[in-house]
Amino acid sequence: MSAPLDGGVAAPAIRARGVRKVFCAGGREVVALDGIDLDVAPGEFVCLLGPSGCGKSTLLNAVAGFSLPSSGELTALGKPVTGPGPERAMVFQEYALFPWMTVERNIAFGLEIAGAAPERQREVVDALLAKLGLGDFRDRYPKDLSGGMRQRVAIARVLAIDSPMLLMDEPFGALDALTRRSLQDELLRIWAELKKTIVFVTHGIEESIYLADRVVVMTYRPGTVKRIVPVGLPRPRDPSSAEFNALKREVTALVMEEQARHQADEAHATAD
Amino acid sequence: MASVPATRLFRSLVVPVTLLLCWEGISRAGWVTPLILPSPTAVAIRWVAYLTPLEPFDAAAGPWWRWALSGELPHDVFTSLLRIVVGFVIGAGLALPLGLVMGARPLVYELFNPVLQVLRPIPPIAYIPLAILWFGLGNPPAFFLISLGAFFPVLMNTIAGVRAVDSIYLRAARNLGAREGTLFWRVMIPAAMPYILTGVRVGIGVAFIVVIVAEMIAVNTGLGYRILEAREYFWSDKVIAGMFTIGLCGLGIDLGMSRLNNRLLRWHRGVEG
Ligand SMILES: Nc1ncnc2c1ncn2[C@@H]1O[C@H](COP(=O)(O)OP(=O)(O)O)[C@@H](O)[C@H]1O
Ligand SMILES: [Mg+2]
Repeated sequence: MSAPLDGGVAAPAIRARGVRKVFCAGGREVVALDGIDLDVAPGEFVCLLGPSGCGKSTLLNAVAGFSLPSSGELTALGKPVTGPGPERAMVFQEYALFPWMTVERNIAFGLEIAGAAPERQREVVDALLAKLGLGDFRDRYPKDLSGGMRQRVAIARVLAIDSPMLLMDEPFGALDALTRRSLQDELLRIWAELKKTIVFVTHGIEESIYLADRVVVMTYRPGTVKRIVPVGLPRPRDPSSAEFNALKREVTALVMEEQARHQADEAHATAD
Repeated sequence: MASVPATRLFRSLVVPVTLLLCWEGISRAGWVTPLILPSPTAVAIRWVAYLTPLEPFDAAAGPWWRWALSGELPHDVFTSLLRIVVGFVIGAGLALPLGLVMGARPLVYELFNPVLQVLRPIPPIAYIPLAILWFGLGNPPAFFLISLGAFFPVLMNTIAGVRAVDSIYLRAARNLGAREGTLFWRVMIPAAMPYILTGVRVGIGVAFIVVIVAEMIAVNTGLGYRILEAREYFWSDKVIAGMFTIGLCGLGIDLGMSRLNNRLLRWHRGVEG
């Protein structure tokens, strides 16, 4: 991993200082993010948690470089974020697989456009198909796959370009509970093996505690960092254990405060 | 269940056969003159005569298949189809790049859209006088009219297709390292393909209509010319035989297009196989 800087503290993979994002929607300004300070260490697994509309996607898109902050400082892997790049690979909730490409071509896409030789592409695709249990689906099109399989392909597609950082926006949000759990376990396995830095957006409290080293709870409008909750539990974690549930109660209380503000806001909006 | 295809074949034949029998009966009973409505058998005989070679087979003159296709009908079909292909390639060849750029670049869209909106509702047929003034008679005005007919459907559908490309594909591709060129060729065009192919299909349909009309006016070969010529000689049976041939060609084009469609859009939702 990256060399430790001053006194053994590794340079952060992501560093946000005073990040603010303002949207103009229909003449009104919406402050989606305000004063976000956050460091994510290399190899760390961080979850962004909060009610819908609190700015999780906005923050993730800022790190991905799709939509830059209005002000503040945002660096990833030591460089200021100026646009999207393959070193910050994104996994979308809607999978975003290219429907006109087979599973194999989807996975190979990043390598192909980077000019990798066909043999190299094939080698990487073979390994990833095996790793994610997709062996039988090589020549299928995305429309023929279940949601869980599609998300596996989407993960394989970003793993193929060997990006040091994975940005995941509610990647398992559309899956049923059992499929979600098996993908969570698979993701943890991959993360432990490949030592990626992962920023994982979710509104699932249990999901965040199951996965993350640290859970970043966000406030609703403007989106700020409300509290960062370290999850010290050893993996594999047992969601039925007492420690897990103690954490879950703590995080739930934090999120519910913001959820209440979200609901008040909705009621206000409909009353307008 | 061997009987199912047989039953379906039977059902699909009931109405056409009944119609033909009625038609034959009406003609034989002498209720209408053969000039107004020749009998199906007369039409069929005429069609076969139209199809078969004029000269006896002569091995010295060339291979047998060339002889077999030397009749008037194969020649007319070939001429008309060639006009469609040339006209369509010109029309679609201009519409496709323009549509792609107009769809992808709002500035270009704003620049060109007003002119296109004014020109688009003018039916290609209305250009016939101008086409003859500009290009005289023969193939050039026919090509012009056919390409015009193919141009707008392909253009409009391509623009709509590019505009409908889900931005998430563009974001995903950019995120994986794609640059503008890659985005255009590998993402935009395939994503817009269902629309583009719809445009191609409609465009060929229009080209097919226009070719027949153009041949009735500007040239003296092809299926459209042939049925007009037959009318001048009061050969109603040949008119109908020619119409029937036009119908078969249209059906053939449509079947070909739908196979192409299924092949290119195997990945698309709603396309089976
Ligand atoms: N492109 C946009 N234009 C205007 N407002 C936006 C845009 N994207 C997000 N927002 C607003 O910013 C806030 C945060 O959105 P988002 O980051 O999508 O929330 P989350 O992902 O946590 O559900 C919301 O109030 C949303 O309405
Ligand atoms: Mg979101």
